[in-house]
Amino acid sequence: MSTNTQDIEALVRNRPYSAGFITEIDAETLPPGLNEDVIRALSARKNEPQWMLDFRLKAYRRWLTMREPTWAHVHYPKIDYQGISYYSAPKSMKDRPKSLDEVDPKLLETYTKLGIPLKEQEMLAGVAVDVVFDSVSVGTTFKKKLAEAGVIFCSISEAVQEHPELVRKYLGTVVPFGDNFYAALNSAVFTDGSFVYIPRGVRCPMELSTYFRINERNTGQFERTLIVAEEGSHVSYLEGCTAPQRDENQLHAAVVELVALDDAQIKYSTVQNWYPGDEQGRGGIYNFVTKRGDCRGARSKISWTQVETGSAVTWKYPSCILRGDDSVGEFYSVALTHHHQQADTGTKMIHVGRNTRSTIVSKGISAGRGQQSYRGLVRVLESAENARNYTQCDSLLIGDQCGAHTFPYTEIRNPTAILEHEATTSKISDDQLFYARSRGIGEEDAVSMIVNGFCKQVFKELPMEFAVEAQKLLQISLEGAVG
Amino acid sequence: MLEINNLHARVGETDILKGLDLTVNAGEVHAVMGPNGSGKSTLSKILAGSEDYTVTEGRVRLLGQDLLDMSPEQRAAAGVFLGFQYPVEIPGVSNMVFLKSALNAQRKTRGEPELEAGDFLAWVRHRVKQMKMDPAMLSRGVNEGFSGGEKKRNEILQMLVLEPRLMVLDETDSGLDIDALKIVAEGINALRSPERATLLVTHYQRLLDYVQPDKVHVLSGGRIIKSGGPELAHELEEKGYGWLSEQRAA
Repeated sequence: MSTNTQDIEALVRNRPYSAGFITEIDAETLPPGLNEDVIRALSARKNEPQWMLDFRLKAYRRWLTMREPTWAHVHYPKIDYQGISYYSAPKSMKDRPKSLDEVDPKLLETYTKLGIPLKEQEMLAGVAVDVVFDSVSVGTTFKKKLAEAGVIFCSISEAVQEHPELVRKYLGTVVPFGDNFYAALNSAVFTDGSFVYIPRGVRCPMELSTYFRINERNTGQFERTLIVAEEGSHVSYLEGCTAPQRDENQLHAAVVELVALDDAQIKYSTVQNWYPGDEQGRGGIYNFVTKRGDCRGARSKISWTQVETGSAVTWKYPSCILRGDDSVGEFYSVALTHHHQQADTGTKMIHVGRNTRSTIVSKGISAGRGQQSYRGLVRVLESAENARNYTQCDSLLIGDQCGAHTFPYTEIRNPTAILEHEATTSKISDDQLFYARSRGIGEEDAVSMIVNGFCKQVFKELPMEFAVEAQKLLQISLEGAVG
Repeated sequence: MLEINNLHARVGETDILKGLDLTVNAGEVHAVMGPNGSGKSTLSKILAGSEDYTVTEGRVRLLGQDLLDMSPEQRAAAGVFLGFQYPVEIPGVSNMVFLKSALNAQRKTRGEPELEAGDFLAWVRHRVKQMKMDPAMLSRGVNEGFSGGEKKRNEILQMLVLEPRLMVLDETDSGLDIDALKIVAEGINALRSPERATLLVTHYQRLLDYVQPDKVHVLSGGRIIKSGGPELAHELEEKGYGWLSEQRAA
């Protein structure tokens, strides 16, 4: 028995982080520290209107009165918020490039290395990409083609300049500036991110995607994403994340807001591969993220799919507010924690409208000394006649030093609600491994096959191209996990 | 083809095999019978490379290669197949993906080209038909929610797809009704050939009614205590194992 378990450990142990390189580029970085002057400087640098600065200052003043949450099942040293730089941009971005042809070749090279070529002709057909490097967006592809369909897809900084009426109408309406400690911080200092607007009745003609990269040392990344789907529109959006391999921890505190009006559908997929730290747990990203979707209209639908393999510590609960009658919320998640990674992740489904339905499928994989918690809330308000929820929550353990925990919460205020909850915890058994090996399948392939089988329900929710990526990522992340 | 000399093996501190000798020639079918706890399943699993047991002495050779030095996957590529007494479930991994990965992994190890998707599909469908199984099973998870009988039939299906040189079947007949037993026996007989050898581990005569063995061995106390022709199985069915140990004592 034990021999096999040791083999599994040996397999998971040496996990190369292929995105761990650093780009040597001249950057303009604000000195560490946070106060109102820093926020004013940041806002001035981005040439923002007064209302935007006011939003930031309001959030900052609220943040000063708030405390970092401690209820999550994660442990990390206290973060020195005055030791972080809140703005870093490649110098060549000062005179914003007008098209991708003008973007610094070094930046383009960085993304090519990461497998995300930004030259449109080399890209995956049918995927438009916005790319955020440290604090700024470096370019968005296929803008013209999207504009023909009436779709707006640009960086949020650009949207503040070009479409202030839309940003002002929706920003902070799903995640208020004082929602929680990290959301307030983000509202004060967010630097860039993506903005998507799909007009009434339009099916977005291609997948939209944002790629986030932290490069500069000692900076935080605070991106803000806002997606608005007007009545009857559809959009599928994907985000990917990486960071260099560094010994110190870096903070990433994003806010994502989704708004779906009547009959609109938003599908939001994440492949998160921030640097997870080394085998001893040194370094890695603190991923403290607030993501929330508002099914504001009747029959609207918001679907979150996440594959989380990176970050040292994750605190993240993509949620749906099911306000419109007959609206639908979904959450599909695969989270992997290996070595010393910790994740406290799950979702919130808030049923407000009648006949609202939600589905939660969470697959947690722990290896090495990884610690993982599923934390999910299903709340059915008095107004939510005939609400339905189905929750399935499975944990897979690899080795005997990792942990899986489940914290389901339910609050039901309407007796017509029907909730189902299923949970399982299993281990990759030596019997399963021996069975596959006795048929000729090598040990690593066998582990990867068993883990992929475990995650199948979630992977089938991802857009085709990314499902393949996710499988590969999982395989790399598990290298050395078995033994 | 298969030569086992003086095999000693233990699990933890307990000795289970204590000097087992057995030779199976190409083209032959041998049945291994014996009382519970005699070491029959241990022998099967050791042949397939299970790490639950420690081999302390002895030698096992297949076609002149030393099996004990090889990993389970290497043994599979060299032609060993174990039909499990308790086949394992692998949820979410379809039988199709599993069989294709297994066959191509073996072919790769042997330096043969991998099978094209179309060729593989035709091949596996042919075998599914032969086992009188519903082709829809190919898209279900490996043994996921299968009945005991379905699992055993799936073992024989895997064997027919992989076409091993040495077939080791550990109580494949247990838990089967008569119809399923016949189908399983037909599957085993379909692979009988001068290039293959078969080791049937069983408690009962009834499988041997459908798969005629060339030799029958009695395993007791970790060694072969008696060998004979097919008639020995009938004798065991009638008299049990007690008389053999008395005979040895005498």
